[in-house]
Amino acid sequence: MTIANVHSIETFGTVDGPGVRYILFLRGCPLRCKYCHNPDTWKMSNDRLMSVDEVINDIKKYLVFIKSGGVTVSGGEPLLQIDFLIELFKKLKNMHIHTCVDTSGITYNKNGKNNKIEALIKYTDLVLLDLKHIDNKKHIEITKKSNENILAFAQFLDQHHIPMWIRHVLVPGLTTDEKDLKRLKDFINTLSNVKKVEVIPYHTLGVYKYEGLGIEYPLKGVKPPSKKQIEIAKNILT
Amino acid sequence: MKKGWEGFKGNLWKTDINVRDFIQHNYKPYSGDEHFLVGPTDRTKKIWDKVFNLLQEEHKKGGTLDMDTDIISTIVSHEPGYIDKDLELIVGLQTDKPLKRALQPFGGIRMATNSLTEYDYKIDPRVTEIFTKYRKTHNQGVYDVYTTEMRLARKAGIITGLPDAYGRGRIIGDYRRIALYGIDLLVLDKKNQLNCGRFTMTEDIIRLREELTEQINALQDMKDMALSYGIDMSEPAKTAKEAIQFTYFGFLAAVKEQNGAAMSIGRVSTFLDIYIERDLERGILTEEEAQELMDDFVIKLRIIRFARTQAYNELFTGDPTWVTESIGGMGIDGRTLVTKNSYRVLNTLNNLGPAPEPNMTVLWSQSLPVNFKNFCAKTSIDTSAIQYENDDLMRQYYGDDYGIACCVSAMRIGKEMQFFGARANLAKALLYAINGGVDEVLERQVTPKFSPITSEYLDYDMVKEKFEQVTDWLAELYVNTLNAIHYMHDKYSYERSMMALHDKHVKRYFATGIAGLSVVADSLSAIKYSKVKVIRDEKTNLAIDFEIEGEYPSYGNNDERVDIIAQKIVEEFMNRIRNHYTYRNSFPTLSILTITSNVVYGKKTGTTPDGRKAGEPFAPGANPMHGRDINGALASLSSVATIPYEHAQDGISYTFSIVPEALGKD
Repeated sequence: MTIANVHSIETFGTVDGPGVRYILFLRGCPLRCKYCHNPDTWKMSNDRLMSVDEVINDIKKYLVFIKSGGVTVSGGEPLLQIDFLIELFKKLKNMHIHTCVDTSGITYNKNGKNNKIEALIKYTDLVLLDLKHIDNKKHIEITKKSNENILAFAQFLDQHHIPMWIRHVLVPGLTTDEKDLKRLKDFINTLSNVKKVEVIPYHTLGVYKYEGLGIEYPLKGVKPPSKKQIEIAKNILT
Repeated sequence: MKKGWEGFKGNLWKTDINVRDFIQHNYKPYSGDEHFLVGPTDRTKKIWDKVFNLLQEEHKKGGTLDMDTDIISTIVSHEPGYIDKDLELIVGLQTDKPLKRALQPFGGIRMATNSLTEYDYKIDPRVTEIFTKYRKTHNQGVYDVYTTEMRLARKAGIITGLPDAYGRGRIIGDYRRIALYGIDLLVLDKKNQLNCGRFTMTEDIIRLREELTEQINALQDMKDMALSYGIDMSEPAKTAKEAIQFTYFGFLAAVKEQNGAAMSIGRVSTFLDIYIERDLERGILTEEEAQELMDDFVIKLRIIRFARTQAYNELFTGDPTWVTESIGGMGIDGRTLVTKNSYRVLNTLNNLGPAPEPNMTVLWSQSLPVNFKNFCAKTSIDTSAIQYENDDLMRQYYGDDYGIACCVSAMRIGKEMQFFGARANLAKALLYAINGGVDEVLERQVTPKFSPITSEYLDYDMVKEKFEQVTDWLAELYVNTLNAIHYMHDKYSYERSMMALHDKHVKRYFATGIAGLSVVADSLSAIKYSKVKVIRDEKTNLAIDFEIEGEYPSYGNNDERVDIIAQKIVEEFMNRIRNHYTYRNSFPTLSILTITSNVVYGKKTGTTPDGRKAGEPFAPGANPMHGRDINGALASLSSVATIPYEHAQDGISYTFSIVPEALGKD
């Protein structure tokens, strides 16, 4: 029995995938995005461990509500706990529940084998893929990691005909450059299975968590994008 | 054949007073969308502007625009009053001017006097003289019979919010009857009820006969009141305009005589749709005119006012009248009761802007037409002014012609009423269990003396046993207190106009209530699943604080371990209420619905073992405690949904706030 390191559960998720969704947030993330609003999910800790059956039993309480929605696993970076994910999604598909994973794609290895990811996508109906930046240098600046594996992951999903929602967080100064947005759109256009592109305006609702964790907030003073900035990004990307 | 009945189908309702039968034979279910709706006319805008300015003036003056100091309000006490005589379509005010508050001393002269003096008005000394020397009030009656124990329990706030100095409200007259039958037929029916053959003059019969006579007098007064506005209500309404006007006059009579805590209008919109449809078909009314009538009607309901003290307003957070209109729902034959007028009444929120009154309440069913569901959702997002209630649940108990009194109390309209009973503070009862019945705030023995818990850590079985002992005492005292209150209310402040619009024999609910459910559930859970250490005051030895060691499952997370505790609290307290005789053999029920007064109850209650500090608010109604439901809305709602309605038949409320963005994206 595989055990997951759970951060929290949201029984009434309405924005991470279609319909009303049960959202399982897992702990642990290799990225350190400057604008991350969930820094409390970065580290693995053993506060809340749940087995696949425990999660399934909990989900069963909400079947009537999620029948036209489904289950989304988010994080953190959920693919860090891929063994758990495979087992969970397999069981959910047996129950005819729509499955979705919200990932950065960072665990994909473009130069190696990806057997587990291949196993997982067999039971995955939708991937919410967060593309932080199209430019590798800037990607590293924002997340401390290269985007090469991430972009390769998008192409991998495309080859396997897995529906995707592409998400892009809009941070003034970091991700608002129109040239970059156009490049990102060009990349998205090479993919054939993107069902939706979402522009997510940066917000400061998670700042208090940094204070609580004693981490300095990297984007001090940065304001959420203006309506106009959002509109420009939406016009380019969607 | 009455002229007002032309074109209407069905027979039973013609020979008996039976509004439901009339509706069932004549209404047109509507499953289309909202595109037929129209905006406000210039006339509506003009009159609403006038009212809006008055409302702002009222607000500037500290919440009360004007007050009567010498006219004792009755159905016929005032000359006609208008907002703008030439512009109004539906007429009738409580006093001679809009927003001027009437003087209603039958409930209690002190409350009436105080609500005047608090706003710098002075009551006419003759009125004071009449209601102290010559005419007893409801409040006086109650205090004549209260026991020392009742007074103390009231003072401590273990039972609280009791309608012993203000109108109990929660009675819904079937105001539609006036439109459908006209006053003369209703009077005839009541006279027949009086002259019903031979019987023994028992006390019950004497009371009933006196009440019926009062009801007949009220009906005749209603007719006179309408005549003073130049409107004859003796015959059934012949047009939609008359139907709305007559219905409103019935309600106006009720609010002129009763300053009730909640004065619902009932379930009128679908009924009125029948008249609107008839006029539309006859070509004597346009959609614009129909909406205009509903807009004008709703304006009238928005300006219902009562003279109340600031303490009262503090208890209810604002100046509510709870003019609840129940909208939509499904019929027991499977047809929806949604009509075009269900849309029109909600459309007043768009035409006039959002407002808390009248309290628009949609009776929600899974089977409602999808177009109507969408329209409700859209209107909710735009105005945040719709209340939703579970029709699929309530229909099983109350059929398909019930209305909501106040916020959640269901009753069959014209056939059932309730004795409103406010609530018992169970969080305080739990502290009594720990402290041997000594009130933690007053520091006085309130219950009969018993030994307090003296151990350092609380033991679940011991606390539970003492809690049962306290609630045994509490339920008896509470029911007895309410018996006294309602006996006196009937005697000195009888709702003659509302009861005139009921059947002769009504079912009466004895509506008790509880506050602090989630506090008690979490406290017992903490005691059971973690360790709770008691901190006692050195002098009084009372528990003044608690230290919780470890974690406990808290109510609101869909966790059976604690949800069962909450269910049991409700069931067991209800069963204790059921042990006792209830006034007029009424049917005991229980509510969990302190929507705003949870703040005041919290103020009066010491620190509780769940971690809530002294004076902090309780959660409203059956809500989980703020911030303790950490698994999202469905987990929280599911916990609340496990509370057994059969033991809380007067309603279970969950106050749920959410920003529209969190409800999803397009």
